[in-house]
Parts: sequence; C-alpha cells; structure tokens
Amino acid sequence: MKYAYFPGCSLKGTGRAYEESLLPVLRHLGVEVQEIEDWNCCGATAYMAVDEGKACAAAARNLALAERTGLQQMLAPCSACYLVLNKAQHYLNEYPAMRRVVTRALDSLGLQCRGDTAVRHPLDVLLNDVGLDAIRQKVTRPLTGLRVAPYYGCQIVRPYATFDDQANPTTMDRLLEALGATVVHWPLKTKCCGGSLTGTLPEAGLRLSYILLKEALKRGADVIATVCPLCQFNLDAYHAKIAARWEPVRIPTVYFSQLMGLAFGLAADQTVLHRSMVPLRFQPAPVART
Amino acid sequence: MKAKRDEVRIGFYVCHCGHNIAAMVDCAAVARYIATLPGVVLSRDYKYMCSDPGQELIQQDIREYGLNRVVVASCSPLLHEHTFRGAVTAGGLNPYFFHMVNIREHDSWVHTDRVLATEKAKDLARAAVERVVHHKPLEIKKVPIHPDVLVVGGGIAGIHAALTLANAGKKVFLVEREPSIGGHMAKFDKTFPTLDCAACILTPKMSEVGSHPNITLWTWSEVVKVDGYVGNYTVQIKRKARYVIEDLCTGCQDCIAHCVYKEPKFDDLFNERLGKRKPVYIPFPQATPQVVLIDPEVCLNFKRNKNPDGTPVVSDKCKKTCVEACGEKRAIDFTQKDQVVEIKVGTILVCTGFKTFDARRVPAYGYGVYPNVYTALEVERLVNASGPTGGQVVLRQGTNPDGSPKNPRSIGIIHCVGSRDKKTNLWCSRVCCMYSMKLAHLLKEHTGAEIYNFYIDIRTPGKGYEEFYNKLLEEGTHFIRGRVGEVTDWAMTPEEEGKLVIRVEDTLAGVVRRIPVDMVVLATGLEPQADADAVRRLFNMSCGGDGWFLERHPKLAPVNTFTDGVFLAGCCQGPKDIPDTVAQAGAAAAEALALIDKGYVEQEPNTAHILDAECSGCKSCIPLCPYTAILFDETRQKAYINEALCKGCGTCVGSCPSGSIVQNLFEDAEIFSEIAGVLADEPVAAGRPGNLTQAAIP
Amino acid sequence: MEIKRTIKYEADRVPGFGREVMSVPGCEALEHCIQCGTCSGVCPLSIYMDYTPRQVMELVRSDFKNEVLRSHTIWLCASCYACTVECPRQIRITDIMYELKQRAIKEGVYPPRFPIPVLAEEFTKMVRNHGRISETRLVTRMYLRTHPLAALGMAGLGLNLMKTGRFSLTQDRIERHGEMEKLMAAVDRENGKADA
Repeated sequence: MKYAYFPGCSLKGTGRAYEESLLPVLRHLGVEVQEIEDWNCCGATAYMAVDEGKACAAAARNLALAERTGLQQMLAPCSACYLVLNKAQHYLNEYPAMRRVVTRALDSLGLQCRGDTAVRHPLDVLLNDVGLDAIRQKVTRPLTGLRVAPYYGCQIVRPYATFDDQANPTTMDRLLEALGATVVHWPLKTKCCGGSLTGTLPEAGLRLSYILLKEALKRGADVIATVCPLCQFNLDAYHAKIAARWEPVRIPTVYFSQLMGLAFGLAADQTVLHRSMVPLRFQPAPVART
Repeated sequence: MKAKRDEVRIGFYVCHCGHNIAAMVDCAAVARYIATLPGVVLSRDYKYMCSDPGQELIQQDIREYGLNRVVVASCSPLLHEHTFRGAVTAGGLNPYFFHMVNIREHDSWVHTDRVLATEKAKDLARAAVERVVHHKPLEIKKVPIHPDVLVVGGGIAGIHAALTLANAGKKVFLVEREPSIGGHMAKFDKTFPTLDCAACILTPKMSEVGSHPNITLWTWSEVVKVDGYVGNYTVQIKRKARYVIEDLCTGCQDCIAHCVYKEPKFDDLFNERLGKRKPVYIPFPQATPQVVLIDPEVCLNFKRNKNPDGTPVVSDKCKKTCVEACGEKRAIDFTQKDQVVEIKVGTILVCTGFKTFDARRVPAYGYGVYPNVYTALEVERLVNASGPTGGQVVLRQGTNPDGSPKNPRSIGIIHCVGSRDKKTNLWCSRVCCMYSMKLAHLLKEHTGAEIYNFYIDIRTPGKGYEEFYNKLLEEGTHFIRGRVGEVTDWAMTPEEEGKLVIRVEDTLAGVVRRIPVDMVVLATGLEPQADADAVRRLFNMSCGGDGWFLERHPKLAPVNTFTDGVFLAGCCQGPKDIPDTVAQAGAAAAEALALIDKGYVEQEPNTAHILDAECSGCKSCIPLCPYTAILFDETRQKAYINEALCKGCGTCVGSCPSGSIVQNLFEDAEIFSEIAGVLADEPVAAGRPGNLTQAAIP
Repeated sequence: MEIKRTIKYEADRVPGFGREVMSVPGCEALEHCIQCGTCSGVCPLSIYMDYTPRQVMELVRSDFKNEVLRSHTIWLCASCYACTVECPRQIRITDIMYELKQRAIKEGVYPPRFPIPVLAEEFTKMVRNHGRISETRLVTRMYLRTHPLAALGMAGLGLNLMKTGRFSLTQDRIERHGEMEKLMAAVDRENGKADA
C-alpha cells in the first residue's frame, strides 16, 4: 500500500502534531507514503471566497503533481485539503468550462491533470485498506477506560461523503473501539467548530467551540478525538477566552492518530501529546499478548 | 403482382389537432406532398380528424373515391387508432387497411424547428403510405371472459372493490399478505376531517367481506405466479402455513390464553412494536378472519433452524398447552406446510397499498436514537383505545413526578418527513398535513399538551379539510412554517434540559428558533411497497420513475394499466386519502364489471403464425415465447402457435432461423417498405411502375 | 419612535442578478428552492445573521443584489456545508455563499476593517506569492490590518503556541518560485481579464 501524500500547510504549522503522529502510525501499519514534490496550498475555504477558478487551479496543480508520482491514490489528512481537492476534482470532471480554464492554466506550468487520482482521507485508508483487524493486532496498550468523543467536524463527510455517512459517520468510532477506548454518545460529532470565525468573529465562532466542549464534558468524555487541524486548534487554543465568555470547559482535544500511537505503544516523540495546550493525561497499561 | 398494386387507392389525412400539431408542422404542405406519391388518390389536412365530421369525412371519401387504404397522420395510436379503425369499418373497409402515423408525440410536441418538423412529418407519412400498400384484411377474434375476479390486497381499496364486485354477483378471490385484512386503515384511530373512528367505519366492511358468499378470502397468502391474458388468467397463490386449520378455528382464542408464555413477549407488529404478543396470536381484536396463527420463529414447539426447503423444524419440545386448550376443535396443526393453489379469473384488481417512509433515513430527526421521537403510525396506536397503552399517551423514556411513565406536556409534529425531498422522495405524500393535524387534535385531547406543527406548506385540498385546519387554529395548536433542521438532546438554556430540542427557522417570522419538547412526532410520507417492482413484473404492469404503479392514462384511464384486464386502486398507484382510495376502488371494480358483463374481449389480430412448409422443427422458438403460446406437433415435427395465447410480441419472429414465422401487421413486406419509406430522400415510389391516378387535392 | 420605510420598488432590483448567480457551477439548483428554511434551521451561524440563509436565497432569486452583497450573512458562513447536505432540493448553498462573497469582494461592498474578507485577501495574496500558508503569520497580518489592538489580546495564545512548538513567523514557500503567480495569471488570461 503506497500513497501520494499531501500534507497541506497546517500539518507543517499549527497542526504539526497531526503529521508527527500520523506518519509513524502509518509506518507501523506498513503503509507507505511519498510526499508530493513541491505541493502548494490547496486553497482552503478562503480561496473559494475570492475566485473559484483560481482556487480550482491551485488545487489542480497538486492533483497534477500527484499524478506525476504514478501513484493512483492520494492521502490528504487535513479536512479542508481533503474537501478542496475532492471538490476541484469534482469541478474538473463536471464542468467542462472550468476544466478548460484549468487545463490551459496548468499548461503554462507544463503540467497536466487527468483528474483521476483518488483523494482519500486517512480514516478511509485505515478502515478500508488496512482494516480494523490489522489495527487491532498492533494494539499493545489498549485505551481501556478512556472515554472519547469522536469529532469528525464538517468537511470530511460533507458534502463529498465517499467513505462514511454524512449525518452519522462511524469510521472513527469503530477505529477508537478497536483501540480499546469507549466512545461516548455525542450528537455533535459533525457540528461546526466555528472554523476561521474563531479568529475573525470570536463571539460567533467561539460559541460553537464552546458548545462542543461543554457537551463533551457533560457526556463524560475524557478527550475529544479529531481529524482536522483547524478543529484541533479551535478546541485546544481558546479555553481562556471561552472561560471568560461562558464557563471553563477544559477537556483535551487530540488527533485520532495520537490515540493510535498511544495504543500501539509508540514513543512520546511519535505521539507528541505535548503539543496540546490542554494536556491529555492518560497512560494505557500494556497487556501481555499471547 | 403489378396488377394488384395498381388497385391500391390510398386516402391520406393529416390532422392539425388544433394547435398541437399545426403550430409546429405545416399540415397543408404535408398533404400537398403526400398527394404526389403514387397510389395516393386523395390527400387532405383537417383541423380535428377525431371529431365526428372528421370521421364522417373518411367514410364519405371511401365511398366516393373508392379508397381501399386509409392513412391518418395525427396523435398516438394509443389514443385514436381505435376511433379511426371504427370509421374505416363504417366506411365499408376492413379496419386493417388503415394505418396511423404519430406526428404529435413523435414530432410536433418534441421539436422546435417548424421546417424540420414538417419534413419529419412528411417522412413518417411517406413511410406509412408505403407500408399500407402491403396491408391485408384481418379478422378480429372474440375471446370469452372468465367472470371471476382476483383482488390483490385487503386494505380499504381491496375491501371496497371486492364488496362492489361481490354485490354485483361476481365471484371474488381476495388475497391478503397479512394475517388479517384491514390494511393501514385498521391501525388508524380516527379519520380526518370528520374524526369518525376508523374501526367503526371499517370493521363492518371487513366482516361483510369475511361472510360474503361471493368472496373467497385468503389471508396470510401471496400471489406467486400469473399466466394468461385478459379474460383468462391462471393465478397461483401461496397460502402460507398458519399452523392453524382455518376452517376448524372458531377464534375463541383459548389457545392464546393457555400458551406456555404467560405474558406476551414478542414484538407486536400491528401495534408498530409498541406492544407485545405471544407466539400464538391474532393480530388485533377485530381481525378478519377471526383465526389465530402461530409464529414459528418464536414458538417453543419449533426449532430455530430450518429444513433445507426453508420450512421450520418441529421440535415437539413444548407442552403444547395451546393444543390442549383447543381440545376437540383440533385446529392446531404444527405440521402444516405452505400450499400453492391455482385459480382461474378473467380480471385482476391490484390494490397492494403503500409502506410508510422509514424515519431512520432522515438521521437529523433522531428516530431510533432518541426514544421519545415517534412516527405518526406509532402515535395512531398510542392514542387508540385498543392500542398497547389502552389509549394513554405515555412516552418511552422518562417519568412523571409520581414515578409513572411520562405524559408529554409539549409535542412537536414534523411534517413532510421523507417527502418533498430530492434526497428521499420528491413527491408530496398528500395525506400528511391532514393526518398531522388530526394527531395534533387527538394528542391535545388526550394530553392537554402544547402542540407545535412544523410545516413547509399546509395542503388541505379536500372537502372539509381547510375547515379542519381552521378548527385546529382555533384550538390553539401552534403552526410554525419551517422545515425542521434537527432534533437534538443538548440544552443551551435551563428550560431545554432533559428535553428534545427542535431547531427550525420560523420562516414567516424570519427567525431561527429552538423549541424544547417532550415528544416529537414524525409525519412520515408514503412510499411504494418494498417489493413493488416484483409485483409489477408479476402482473406485467409498469412503474413510474418514482416507483408507484403506472396507470394507463393519468386523467382518462386512471384505474387501467397497460395490461388489459389488470386494474389498479388505492395507494399502490400513488399516495391518496381514504375517500379517494374508495372512489378509485369503486372505479376499478366498475371497469372490471364492464369487461365481465360484455362477456368477451376482442383480440388484436397481430398474432404470429408458422409457415408449416418452412418450419425445420428446431424448437428454438418454443422456450423464447413469454406466453408459452408455441407448441410442438411431435408427429409432424413442426411447431405451431396457439393464437389465443399469442400476444404479438414478435420475439419468435425475429429469432426463427429459417424465417418461417410471420406476424400479422408486421410482415416483412410491410416493415421493409416502411423503413424504405422513412429513409427515402425522394419519393420512394417515384420510379414505381404502375398506372397511378393523379391525386386530388380538395 | 423612529419609523423606517421598507418597501422595495422594482427599481431596487438588479434584473438578471439571480440568473447570473444560478449560472455559476454549483448554483444551478437555486431555482428549485421552496423556501422551507432547512438551511437556516441547520446553520450554526444563522442566529447571528441579518438575513437567514433562506432569505438570502430568495433575495438572490428575486435579483435584490445590493441587499445580498451587503448582508452579514455571506461573511458569517463558515463553509460547514450543513445546509448543502440537508437541503431537500440539493441546492449547493455553501457554493452560492462563496459566489456571493466573491462578488462582494470584487465590488468592494463590505465594511472597512471587516476581518473576514481581509483574511481571504491576505490568504490569496500569500498563496499567490509563496504557494503556501504560514498560518500564524497570516493571522498576525490580518490583525494588523483590521484591529491592531486586538492583536495584543492574542498574545497569550501566541505564547501558548510557542510553548507547544506551533508558532512560527517564517514564511514557508514552494520551491519553484513564481509558479503560483504564473498559474493565477494564466487563469486570469483564460477568463479574459489579463489585467486583473
């Protein structure tokens, strides 16, 4: 199993814990990744608001570079990247006018985009390519007793849901259960965290993060597991502001890949829990395997 | 050959159909052009060919001009072929010397360029003129109609249709899949807008069915095979094992009382799983027939594994207190097997009903996740005096301050669940607005709770319906115009704690609201039955794109199907309320009666026959015939066709390796000349030899 | 009591505006809107909007361009796609919001110092110039252009990011400098606006 890997800007910046924990986990499971050479920003949610054609072209440059690797599949861990790359793929295949513009623009860089690379999310790859059985076999320190609220956020299942249910996704639930954790019923698993509004309009944006944190605590979760660097940031970084506006709702938010590393018994520099501002204090005990 | 051709005298008529054709096709030009074709002695355009004067024109022309072929270019043969054949017959010609060209559905309605559409009309008309030359006189056969009728489905539609037919003296077989007739209506508490009790108006009709001398009622039975054609259907019906001999059971229900299960333990489907029943049960108190049945899935006298043929294995492990209680009646028979019976009928009424939309398919409303979210059908049972709670509206979750099961103090009714939604069903289910208001009224009456209706549009197009809406407004029920976004259980304010919270835009006020309630009722829409497609095939019917059975014409043949002798009624054709269902059932019964009392059907002579001399006896046609109309004469080693069974599908004609099968109206000469006619750029017959009369253009 | 006249005259409409928006990829289905309000019902931000998403849809369809482009609603959309997924007529409402944002930016009809379009602008500038986003740098620039004083309030957050090794002011960039500029210029050229 080998995938072209698109890290995206966040995984090199504020979301570096995602990459730092995900890559060792994939390696541990025998999944090979090859970082796409000279990738650029996917365009995220901001670019669409300025110019759709350019947003699509920016994303298509990455698709073209991925095609150059000769790998059929592309791994995009960041939710925004996953959505934008899929959306660009969709636009290119569905709107001939858009395809014409983008093809000619890429031509000026000497690039071609066929638009047939499968853009996939790590959860999809882990459940459908690796399989829960293979994952279970690698668990040496089951997360017994850890109560997790699985947080999918908006953009991995909406609107281009390919590998999970839009309204009630369960891939991460099943993954966490395979790690030995307890999944709490938390009906906000696909609700918006506020996105970039936490910075631009805190009154509105932070309220959404607050609701997520409050309800996770209320339902007895010890930790929120996320798949998105922006969600992780919003749920981790604004506790002081949220406490000042509403009430303290301290609960750690980590990437699902960090919990996987923990259950696999990977070293601390591979689970990188120290990158969270609200620390997760949980040490799973090893089990003797026969 | 030459001489015969010379005798051909074709009359051609192109119809304007008001503006329907004339707006897109230059009819006069078509008439002028056809007039130039060999064999055409007369060519006219006329405003309405189907009108009485139009038909008389044909008759007159036949006599006056000595026409021996007639072609009309107008609408679909489905609509008026019959009309024009009649006119031709009245004019003294064999009706099969007539041919019809469709330049409306196939031309004027589907094109936008008048010049090209006119050219196309000429091409199609030319093809018909070429074809009709080769037509031969054919004879219409009359086939008697079996007077017995099969009614499939014992809901209110099937019940009403069966009684109408039986009261007219016809023998009716009523086949119902469930253990009792009654259908969905039997589950309803009251009916809108009059609020009369559903059982009070339905059960008299049910018992009338049960005791009617002309009705053979087979419940717990399914149609498995249908053969034959209008007037002569052979139908196989599977009568599923009840493990109770119907004729011996008196409905005393002593067996139920004495079952080794002292308490009901298994999901009661009639009560939408809100209540429990025993392994031996009767679906509901007024069930017809009053006969119990045993569920081998849970009865202790059966093993959980099955025989290779799928029948349950008798374990004989139970004390069989039921058998003891039944005593001398000896009605219980654990060895009973499914049986297939065969009947002959002339007509079939399909009244197979609908299923309700599965509310789980709209996850945002939390059905199956939050116990206090209910479907409307569950609420029908909840408010019903003979329902699982005896008519008490108590919730699945929560308690009152005194510890008793919780009564709701506030209720939200969400309309259009699964309906008007491209992701599920785009259609409006027609009955939900009214039944939602009915339930709002009943719930208010039973609980005194605050009731909120969430609707997109209120649709009350029925007698007394808008007045009912007005009554609800008077009662203080809240109506909020907005499709609910979601139902959740997380609270933002103290009064939301422990409640289900409905988030919705009040679109008339233009604000987003959160409304906490104790109970949510989902007004689920109506859907085709899960096996509608299989049933459609069984009776050789069509389904629309939405899955409902297709009527022959939405306005003019609403209870007919495309298969003669098979009629439709009730919700299997589309969502409708009880008054409309009963009206349609009556109409379907009347259509069947009209056919039966006529006594015979005229059979299209477009059947196939085998040219004996050329048949090689290879038998390859025999298995291909969908109507098993081809037989084999062993002594002569030749195949032959039973023309009474042949439906004229042409399958055998196309497949015969020696080309020895010929189909009336579709003979090679007819088809090839039609093709040549449609393809020819120049008039095909321009070079055709013969002494042809100059056509008259009136 | 102050009273305000709210009537709309036909002259207030910009005929063709609705059609134009609907012709954009993803926006075609707007003509099927039945104004049910599901979009507003599921939108987590609708409670802050001046027009609910449903009202924006109707204003677009009815050609009330000025009202729509000046509304807060389009800027409050966080692109969570809840409306798009739940809409019973499968209208891609999020994409329509994007389209409206684009038009508002082009016409410059948003409040000065309003951080959301400023962020979008800085974002695209950074992508064009460097090919990649350095988040902390981007956010800092946004604050400096909109509320320089509010940036001070973010100092604690910056400190925490530093402590967890997530703060950086260096600009990450692609290796083949200039490719993004070239790509964007080519898109402009293709769209027939080479001077943009």
